[in-house]
Amino acid sequence: MRRCCLGVVAVLTVVTACASGESSSRSGGDADVTVFAAASLTAAFTELGEAFSAANPDAEVTFNFAASSELVAQINQGAPVDVFASADATNMDKLFDAGLVADDPVIFATNVAEIIVEPGNPRGITEVSDLADGDLVVVQCAPEVPCGSYAELIFANAGVSVTPASFEENVKSVVTKVTLGEADAGVVYRTDVLAASDDADGVVIADDVNVVAKYPIALTANAANPDGAQAFVDFVLGPSGQQVLADFGFGST
Amino acid sequence: MRKQRPQRSRRAALPLPALILAGVAVAFFALPLVGLLWRAPWSNAWTYLTDDAALTALRLSLVTSLCATAISIVFGVPLAWLLARVAFPGRGAVRALCLLSMVLPPVVGGVALFFALGRRGLVGQYLDEWFGITLPFTTAGVVVAQTFVAMPFLVVTVEAALRQLDPRLEEASRTLGASRWYTFRRVTLPAIRPALTAGAVLAWARALGEFGATITFAGNFPGTTQTMPLAVYLSLETNPEEAIVLALVMIAISFAVLVGLRDRWFGSIGRPQQVVA
Amino acid sequence: MTLDVRIGLRLGSLDLRVELTAHPGEVVALLGPNGAGKSTVLRCLGGLAPIDDGRIAIDDVVVDDPADGTFVEPEDRPVGFVFQDYVLFDHLTVLENVAYGMRARGVAKGDSRRRAREWLERFDLADYSMQRPGVLSGGQAQRVALARALATNPRLLLLDEPLAALDAGTRAVVRRDLRQHLATFDGMRLVVTHDPIDAYALADRVVVLEAGRIVQTGTLAEVTAHPRTRYVADLVGVNLVTGDVLDGVLTTSTGARVVIADAVDGPALATIRPHSVLVARGSAAASSARNTWRGTIVDVDRLGERVRLVIDGELPLTAEITAAAFDELNFRPGDDVHASVKATDIEVAPT
Repeated sequence: MRRCCLGVVAVLTVVTACASGESSSRSGGDADVTVFAAASLTAAFTELGEAFSAANPDAEVTFNFAASSELVAQINQGAPVDVFASADATNMDKLFDAGLVADDPVIFATNVAEIIVEPGNPRGITEVSDLADGDLVVVQCAPEVPCGSYAELIFANAGVSVTPASFEENVKSVVTKVTLGEADAGVVYRTDVLAASDDADGVVIADDVNVVAKYPIALTANAANPDGAQAFVDFVLGPSGQQVLADFGFGST
Repeated sequence: MRKQRPQRSRRAALPLPALILAGVAVAFFALPLVGLLWRAPWSNAWTYLTDDAALTALRLSLVTSLCATAISIVFGVPLAWLLARVAFPGRGAVRALCLLSMVLPPVVGGVALFFALGRRGLVGQYLDEWFGITLPFTTAGVVVAQTFVAMPFLVVTVEAALRQLDPRLEEASRTLGASRWYTFRRVTLPAIRPALTAGAVLAWARALGEFGATITFAGNFPGTTQTMPLAVYLSLETNPEEAIVLALVMIAISFAVLVGLRDRWFGSIGRPQQVVA
Repeated sequence: MTLDVRIGLRLGSLDLRVELTAHPGEVVALLGPNGAGKSTVLRCLGGLAPIDDGRIAIDDVVVDDPADGTFVEPEDRPVGFVFQDYVLFDHLTVLENVAYGMRARGVAKGDSRRRAREWLERFDLADYSMQRPGVLSGGQAQRVALARALATNPRLLLLDEPLAALDAGTRAVVRRDLRQHLATFDGMRLVVTHDPIDAYALADRVVVLEAGRIVQTGTLAEVTAHPRTRYVADLVGVNLVTGDVLDGVLTTSTGARVVIADAVDGPALATIRPHSVLVARGSAAASSARNTWRGTIVDVDRLGERVRLVIDGELPLTAEITAAAFDELNFRPGDDVHASVKATDIEVAPT
């Protein structure tokens, strides 16, 4: 009988430890900030986060990078988050309409779309209409994802019909497919092309067909750390934050 | 502490602590399903079910998973035989290798498949150059990804059954004049049929539910590579109600298969081959 | 039409080196302790274990010869194998089991079933044709296994411990039946057993195997009379007396009377172990032994600290006494003696 009890106690201890382990990584300190950001912000925000922590030593920033649409779904399901930075207004509006955003969102950066190709542009792609070529393996984001909806807009603007080989779940997957050599071209953001540096080249999209992506940022209504969240947003909008974003290729607001 | 007198009633087959733990386990499995049923949009369910995209994804899922299962059987049974019967140097390592994808995170499996069978992959580059065959972004690629994760389940089950099999049954068959192939067909296969069925069902279920390797290696395109799990995942972002309905469809299918085959395979696995005494 | 065998084989801890021959018309028993290699010899003959060196030829057809790389697969050898505990196919009916060999060799379904039915009738098992082997008793299963092996018309029949899986009660009955069935088979027959009674009942010739080597061959009578090793002596050197029992007395065909303690009636086989036999000069003093027979020592065999005396007379017996006693009593071939055995030292079984 004793052994059985010990066993049950051991199991419960392990389970509790696991559970508390999870939560402690989330809210270890009062000044920690949790940020959900669009995948295209991965490199820029990571550096931004380090700069923020350097300026505010007791604040640690935790990021969750994914497609904006996926982040919206997670927040809807109750994910604990302080700040949300989206790649388009549509997804931010979804949260706003659901009452999950504290204040009016603010545009903090812009981005333009660009065609990403393998280094050296072996297929000789020069413009959007080239992507309609059936021999090319083209990938784009799924329409639910901001960069995917932008791609559809661009194709409509250019008056071409492009059949992609795959609808990726976020913009980084598109980049990966091209840098690995699986796809010939993809529609991503300029910042992604820059981030890929030597692994990929970019083909500029003409201004008359391109779209300008406006990135809104906002505090969430149920932020666990509203003060820290506001500090982070202020940092993003402030000179140091804007400089980091510019370094990574984002446009000004 | 005095032990309580064991009850005579048939109900008390399990001691109370074990019963409680078992009950928690059942609740653990039932709760997510109940949650889905509770939130299901029953009024709109039919619309979502008959949606073109949903039906396409379902058909694709069924076709690819059945193909993956068939391939798993054709290649998996000889592999199980090899591992069970032939003692060769390094057998343990080979077995670990073949079962690796069971413990590997599926996305890792997908990435690995890339580097092997992708356009620039180790073998894939020759497939592309010489035969013009590409696997990523194709339905065949989906089948490859599913087979990669599903076959080990079949191999494990069948190997266990072959090990338990009395080798003298096959010897008896040979001494009676049966060739190796005849022996396999008429003695070995019937003997391992329950395990083979169980293994095939497990493999099929695994293939049906495969997500990570599929989306990484084969991509996501409606009709070609967008299987049900992918469709559910993506619709969760735009239309959670539709996602719930699709999820329930998958659960219903899996449930039906498991319940239908329950008696057949739970009863016979693990029972050593009966030999007349 | 012979079996010509020369086997050299290393298998785990077994070092097997055996030479034997067999002819149609004789049943050869392979006797020996566990691990001696008897079953291995059968497996080599059946093609289930290739030999390292030597040569196996069945009816002048070489089936195994490592020297020139010949190896005939089991399915191509004219061999019938009856396994210990029978190994019937549980998922097939009794009829399908017996028909299996024929079907495997390409005989049409209808034909093979018909012939299988004939075999089952011969073995008095036709009623079980459509049953699964699981319902058969030990003795019935053995008959099915035998029918299944014989149905393929083999030249060589191999039986591995055919009675070992049976309980003592059924063993005697099945042994008798087996002897009859073996007698109707005209090919070569090799039986592996560890029970000397089996050898006595079934075989014409006995080959004793110990630790991978043949230590003695001959008829059972020869081996019993002159065992060459301790094991053979212990195993085979028993006195086997057949006769009819009535009211606690077994009477042999020559009229010798043996008082027994077991409740048996009718035809029986009595086993008297040599060490149970008391040997005295002249007439025995009054003792509790119910059995005393007069005889003459015809042979003396010294085996270490024991001496075996072969005594001929009313009831021919082999006795075993200590060397010390032998020297003390100064026994010599030709001496008249009295041999006596307690009734309780005699094991009797009905035949």
